[in-house]
Amino acid sequence: MATLAMPLSGWGRYPVQTCELERPERYTGLHSDAACVIARGQGRSYGDAALNENGRVLLTERVNRLLDFDAEQGILRAEAGVTLAEILDVIVPRGWFLPVTPGTKFVSLGGCVAADVHGKNHHHNGSFGDHVLAIEIILADGSRVVCSPSESSELFWATVGGMGLTGIIGEVTLKLIPIQNASMIVRHHSADNLDQLFQLLQNSTTDDRYTVAWIDSMASGNRLGRGIAMCGHHAAAEELPADLQNTGQAKSSHSIPFNFPAFALNTLSIGVFNALYYGREGGKREPFLSGYDPYFYPLDTIGHWNRMYGKRGFVQYQCVIPDATAFDGIKALLQELSGSRRPSFLAVLKRLGAQGRGLLSFPMAGYTLALDMPIRDEGLFVLLDKLDQVVMQGGGRVYLAKDARLSDESFRAMYPRYEEWLKIKHAVDPENKFSSSLSRRLGIVEGRP
Amino acid sequence: MSESVLILGATSAIARATAAAFAARGKGLYLASRDLDELQRSAFDLHLRYGIEVRYGLFDAEATATHEAFFQAALEAMPDLSGVVLAFGYLGDQKAARDFSVGEKIIASNFTGAASILSHCANYFEPLKRGFIIGISSVAGDRGRQSNYVYGAAKGALSLYLQGLRNRLFASGVRVITVKPGFVDTAMTFGLPGLFLVASPQNIGERIVGALGKSADVVYLPWFWRHIMLVIQHIPETIFKRMKL
Repeated sequence: MATLAMPLSGWGRYPVQTCELERPERYTGLHSDAACVIARGQGRSYGDAALNENGRVLLTERVNRLLDFDAEQGILRAEAGVTLAEILDVIVPRGWFLPVTPGTKFVSLGGCVAADVHGKNHHHNGSFGDHVLAIEIILADGSRVVCSPSESSELFWATVGGMGLTGIIGEVTLKLIPIQNASMIVRHHSADNLDQLFQLLQNSTTDDRYTVAWIDSMASGNRLGRGIAMCGHHAAAEELPADLQNTGQAKSSHSIPFNFPAFALNTLSIGVFNALYYGREGGKREPFLSGYDPYFYPLDTIGHWNRMYGKRGFVQYQCVIPDATAFDGIKALLQELSGSRRPSFLAVLKRLGAQGRGLLSFPMAGYTLALDMPIRDEGLFVLLDKLDQVVMQGGGRVYLAKDARLSDESFRAMYPRYEEWLKIKHAVDPENKFSSSLSRRLGIVEGRP
Repeated sequence: MSESVLILGATSAIARATAAAFAARGKGLYLASRDLDELQRSAFDLHLRYGIEVRYGLFDAEATATHEAFFQAALEAMPDLSGVVLAFGYLGDQKAARDFSVGEKIIASNFTGAASILSHCANYFEPLKRGFIIGISSVAGDRGRQSNYVYGAAKGALSLYLQGLRNRLFASGVRVITVKPGFVDTAMTFGLPGLFLVASPQNIGERIVGALGKSADVVYLPWFWRHIMLVIQHIPETIFKRMKL
């Protein structure tokens, strides 16, 4: 297989590392002769999860076919290189939707399994892996194994959230959810401070199937943590106006939540934007109709929004803190952030439900905060190390799919099921063929290159 | 109006994109190649995405003795066949092709196999006085270069063959189009040094199908390759033979 050596990065454009790429076009090509390899789908993990400095990166983007679809049961089997966008194009007109979706649809199916991604409905429906019925994985020796929660279940739960380190995910069988149309019913609730925002997220009358909160990261003092809870669900037929009921088509009646101009991002401009945004979006107390695209994928309409953070790239810091310590922990994080005067354009807070069975999966019952932090200088990493301490004191963890800088000690403290995972890793990949820049940085598995 | 298209060599990236472009226009498909597992995967994918009928069958370009039976079987599966896209090709290793046993395979696949299956297609369409044949040749066939002259010779021969076929079938109203792609982002070019202005397979596939709605008989893809090759073809041989191309 011909290879191509080139500088590569994740979505955060940090770090940039030279990797040797191969790009199979057939299913049988999902096996590398390299001693050290990691699969890469759409490269939408933010840090170095899909990088392999001086090693091989196997691009799965051309092995992206839909293989089977049970329209009665809503069960789809597809090659892992296919994107969620392609899946949605096929399933939505047939009355089905993804059971869990991250905030972009330009991710690969395999990536969703490997990072065990979650969505705005984790507190009700769990993570992506909870809806995967089976995975075909290509192991280090090239053999194919089908695993599921009932068959080779250890390998299955080591692969769900396993960051591609157990093998190459070839095929995924996914259970979809039925929808009556492509529209969402959305409601916004504003909160003047973090206390109110937490109450909103806990309140079962304001909560919905999908709930996410935007936080004004520039607010401080007694307005620290002010934000807007955005709650939505798939519209039932009778919730649509008559003209839409006939077509069943979702037309967005609403502007895109993050429809910002590409102005220079600094504390002043973000502060102004956030104030305007809070005033405008927070006022939408009445339910309104939205297409699923602007509701779930607001940033997808803005091509390469990751380039807005400048040449040095950015880090998305996403952590979860368990329920018992969440409020104090999130408050401490926001205080650190606000005190640092480092702008975070995006600050998102969500509730997460119970921890799943994926041994390296991120979600646990609690609250997750995500921050986009442009890299201006090394001081950012000092700040993020401080945030790690807050997270660990609260018993939480940092999301590996976003990470580019966590230390190996912190990783071990945050992922207590790691040892259990490692036993399975050693059993299926004794030579440590599947390795990434992330896995070596975190000492997940020692070794090459 | 006939509604389905036979894709020969359906597993390549250009062939897959061309198949998708036909499918998007509601055409049924018959996918053919040596790799049945790949065909099955692509067939269901195209069926689900575009809601069209897709059949597939085993086809080996080098096994010319099997071509007649293959074509008959494809016709039985798709009696409404309206056209054929010849998309298979084998680049091979030019260094190794200095050994004729390697070079022979390149010629057998790109030219002999193509001429064989195209003869069956032409003989089928000619009396029907309809149909089209799209042959994917290469800019490499426009001038012999040390870096790939065996492949280039086979593709050049294919271009000539298509030219003759076009002349023969014109009276019958059967369209014959020669497609000459430049650099396309496929497994054939991945990792090669010195590439420029590389086109996506999707773009090429869309334009291949689009060529049916236009009048050109020889289509360079993307279009500027016509000019690049015009320049290359007009370099005097006394100079060209000294160049490292």
